[in-house]
Amino acid sequence: MSRPVPDFYQSLTDLAGKAIKDRDLGNKITIQVGSATCEHAAGSQVIAEEFLRQIRASGRKDIVIHRTGCTGRCSREPIVSVQVPGRLPVKYERVNRDLVFRIFSEHIQGDAPVTKHILDRTSDVISERELMFCEGSRCRRPGPDFRARFIAMLKERAVGPEKVRVVASSCFGSCGVSGGKASTFILARPEKILYQISSEEDLTELLESHVLLGLPVERLKAKEEPIALEFLERYGDVAFFNHQSRIALRNAGVVDPESLEEYVALDGFKALSEALDRRDPDWIISELTKARLRGRGGGGFSTGTKWGLARKQADTTRFIICNGDEGDPGAFMDRSMLESDPFNIVEGMIIGGYAIGAQRGFFYIRAEYPLAIKRIQLAIDHCRAHGLLGKDIMGSGFDFDLEIRLGAGAFVCGEETALIRSIEGERGQPKVRPPYPTDRGLWGHPTCINNVETFANVSAILRYSGDWYARIGTERSGGTKVFALAGKVVHTGLVEVPLGTTLSKVVNDIGGGVSGGKQLKAIQTGGPAGGFIPASMQDMEVDFEPLQKAGSIMGSGGMIVLSEDDCMVDIAKFYMAFSQEESCGKCTPCREGTTRILEILERITLGKGQPEDLDKLHRLSRLCQRTSLCGLGRAAPNPVLSSIKHFRDEYLAHIHDKHCPAKKCVALIHYEIIAEKCIGCTVCARNCPVECISGARKEAHVIDQQACIKCGNCFDVCKFAAIDRV
Amino acid sequence: MSACCSSTDNWPELERGYRAMLPEDILAFIDENRQMDRSESMLIATLHMIQGHYGHLGPGHLEAVAQLMQVPLAKVTGVATFYHYFRLQPRGKYLINVCLGTACYVKGAEKVAQKLMDELGIRYGETSKDGIFSLESTRCVGTCGLAPVIMIGDEVHGPLTPGQVPTLLDSYLARAAEDLAAASAPEAR
Repeated sequence: MSRPVPDFYQSLTDLAGKAIKDRDLGNKITIQVGSATCEHAAGSQVIAEEFLRQIRASGRKDIVIHRTGCTGRCSREPIVSVQVPGRLPVKYERVNRDLVFRIFSEHIQGDAPVTKHILDRTSDVISERELMFCEGSRCRRPGPDFRARFIAMLKERAVGPEKVRVVASSCFGSCGVSGGKASTFILARPEKILYQISSEEDLTELLESHVLLGLPVERLKAKEEPIALEFLERYGDVAFFNHQSRIALRNAGVVDPESLEEYVALDGFKALSEALDRRDPDWIISELTKARLRGRGGGGFSTGTKWGLARKQADTTRFIICNGDEGDPGAFMDRSMLESDPFNIVEGMIIGGYAIGAQRGFFYIRAEYPLAIKRIQLAIDHCRAHGLLGKDIMGSGFDFDLEIRLGAGAFVCGEETALIRSIEGERGQPKVRPPYPTDRGLWGHPTCINNVETFANVSAILRYSGDWYARIGTERSGGTKVFALAGKVVHTGLVEVPLGTTLSKVVNDIGGGVSGGKQLKAIQTGGPAGGFIPASMQDMEVDFEPLQKAGSIMGSGGMIVLSEDDCMVDIAKFYMAFSQEESCGKCTPCREGTTRILEILERITLGKGQPEDLDKLHRLSRLCQRTSLCGLGRAAPNPVLSSIKHFRDEYLAHIHDKHCPAKKCVALIHYEIIAEKCIGCTVCARNCPVECISGARKEAHVIDQQACIKCGNCFDVCKFAAIDRV
Repeated sequence: MSACCSSTDNWPELERGYRAMLPEDILAFIDENRQMDRSESMLIATLHMIQGHYGHLGPGHLEAVAQLMQVPLAKVTGVATFYHYFRLQPRGKYLINVCLGTACYVKGAEKVAQKLMDELGIRYGETSKDGIFSLESTRCVGTCGLAPVIMIGDEVHGPLTPGQVPTLLDSYLARAAEDLAAASAPEAR
C-alpha cells in the first residue's frame, strides 16, 4: 500500500535539504541579524544594510547575512551574532553603525572578536569549546554532581577557559529518553553533539578525547536531540537564555521567518505529516490531553478537551481560529511568535483543523502588528504553493485553508464570542455563554479558538509525545509558559520557563532583578484582568491555580515588575482606566461599574478619598465580577481587589493621611528646594515650564508653591539632589 | 443578501457616483467579495483598506461602502465607530502614537507625552497647525522591552526621554520638508 503522506514529506525535506545545501552555510561565515518589530525599532535594518555594504566592499564571497526573528532579548537589541564555521558563535549587543565596522574589520577580517561589546559579557576570553550541563530541576536525578567533578578535572589538568568553558543550563527537554540511569546530558558546542554521561569514566573520556583532541566520543552520544538544540547552540552560553526552557519559542531567533525551507530543515511539518499519516484525529486529541496543555490565552482550559468537544459535534461545518488579538498592555509574546516563527503557528493550526475536522481556519490578528500580518500571510502563501494548505494537504485527502482577518483596536475582541462577532464583520460585542463556541460559534457552526502560544506548542507535543510535555510542567498543567517581562527590571524580554518555576527565578535569575538597585514591590501578572503579587510572595510557583489563589491570573503572560517607586493605587487606577475605556458598553455592570470604580480611584489619588471608599470599592468590584456578561467585566476589578488585599496600607495612607508613600500621586506631593544643597546654578529655573522658581545666581532658589504645577522637571534636572519631593 | 442590488430606478447612476468615490483596487476587492458567501464579513477589511488609502474614513466613504457592499449604513457607521483603530477625522502627515501600555506607563510615558504636547502645542486627538503631526495615544504596541516608546507612522522609537523629543520631531520635519521639495521639484522644471 502506498503511503502518500510520508512520500510527500520526504520530497518536501529533500527540497528543503537541497535549498539549504546550495547555500553552503557550513563553509561560510554567517552574520545573523534579528528582524522583528523590536529589532527594527532598535535599528537592525540599518545594521543589516551596513554589513551588506561591508561584505560587498570586501569582495568576500564566503560571508552571508542570515535574517532571523526575535530572540526575546529586547533590552539589548539590536543583537548580532557572528558564526565562523567550527567556532562558537559570538553575539554582540546594542550594535550600531560604528560597531558594525569594528566587528567586520576586527572580528571577521581580523579573527579577533570585539570582546567589549559581547552580549552579557562575563569574561574577555573566547573559548574554543563549551560544554553545557543540563541541570533541569525537574528530572535531575540523584547522583554525583558531574559538573563540579568536571570543573575539578579541568583544574587538575590545568585546562584553561580558552580551551573549554563549562556552563550550567536548565532543562534540555530530553528528560524522557535517558532510560532510568543516573545520568546527565551535556551539549558540546560548537560541534552540537549531545552526550549522555553516567559515570566518572565517561566524563574522563569526554575530556580526553573530545575536549583535548577534538575527537567526538561515539559511544556516549545521546540518541535523541533536545528540542531546542539549535537555540541552545546559538544562545546557550547567555545566562538570560540558558535559565529558560524553550519549546514554543524554540525557533525564535534561529529560523528565517520568511523561509519555508529553513523551517522544514528544523523538522518543520514533521508533526503534521505524522498526524495526517495516522489518519486518526483522536490520536492528536489524546496526545494533547496527555500533555495537559492548557489554553495559553489565560483561561487555562484543556486544549485536548476543547478540541474533543468540537470534534463530537453533529454539525460538520467547523472552524478553527487563532486568537492573535493580543491586547493586554505589557504582553507581546504572541507578536513575537507570529513574527519569528510563523510556520510553526500555521502548522499548529493545520493540525488543529485536522483534529476537529474543520475546513477553514482564521488568524485574527490586531492591525497594530503589521509585520506579524505580513509574515503570516507569507507563510500561508508558501504553504499553499507547496501543497501544505488547500486541497488534499500532503496527499492525505484533507482539505483545509487559512485566511487572516484583522482586528481594529478593540481589547474586548480578545474575548472569544466578541472575536467571532468581529470576524463576522460586526461590532465586537460579546454574547452570553453558553452556548460555547465549540457548540455554536462562527456563523453558528462549531468553532475552536486557541491562543497563538497554544498553537506554537502543538507540533512539539506531537513530535515528542504528550507524556514528555506533561513531564516538563506541574501536576495540573504541562509544559512551559512564555512571559513578557517588562517594567522595572534589568533584562526585559521574552522568557519561556516550565510551569511551576518560581516568580523569583523569572524576575531575579533571568530578569536580573529590579533596575536601578531599587526594591521589588510587586509583580503584576495577567494585564488589566490580573492582579498584583507582592514581593513577599515571590517564591510562589507560576501556575494557573496558585496565581488565582493570590488574587491574580496567569492571563496571556504579561509580567510587569513594579519597584518601590510605583504607587499601587495609581497602577490600579491605570488598569481601571484601561478597562473602563475598553468596556464595550453592552452590559450595565461593566459599563457603569468600571466608570464608578475609576471615579473613586481618581478621587483617592487626588487626596479627596473618603473613609467609606474602600468598602464602596469592594462592593462595586464584587458586583462587577459577579454580574458582568463577559470576561472583560468579570476580571476588570481584579487589579483593584488584589491591590487592596495586599497593599491596604497604601490605600489608607492616601485616604486618611492624604499621603502617597511612593510619592507618585501628583496631588499629594510637592517639591521643595533644600537651601543648603542648592548652589544656585539656575538649571531648575530655566527648565520650569511655568517659571515658578525664583532666585539669583549662586544663591538658593525657591519654588512658588501656588504657581507650581508639579511637573517634576526641576527634580529630574537638578544635578545636586537639592530638590526634595515630599 | 440578494445579488441584485437595488430596487431604485436610478441605481446605475447612483452606483456610478459611489464607485467614483473609491479607488480601483478597493472597488475590485468589494466586487470580488460580493461573489463570496457571507461577504458582509469583509466589512472591517474593506474599512481597513480605505483608511490605508485615505488616512481616515470620511462620511462619503462610509456611505459608498454601505451602498456597494449592500450593508445598512447604520451598521457600517456602527462598526467604524466601535473600533478605535478607525479614524473619522483627517489627520496630519505623520501620526504620533504614544504608547500608554503598562510598561511604558511605569517607565514615564506620560512625561514623554507631555513633552510632545508642549513641543507641538496640541493635545491627544489634535493635529498641528502645519498639518504635519497628529497626536494620539495607543494601548501597547507590543515593544515593552523598549519602553517608553512612541510610534511615528509605522516606525517605533524607544526608549525615549523627554529630552530626545525635539530632535526626533525635527528629523520628521526635515523629512516632511524634503518630501515637499521633491514634490514641487518637477513642477519647477
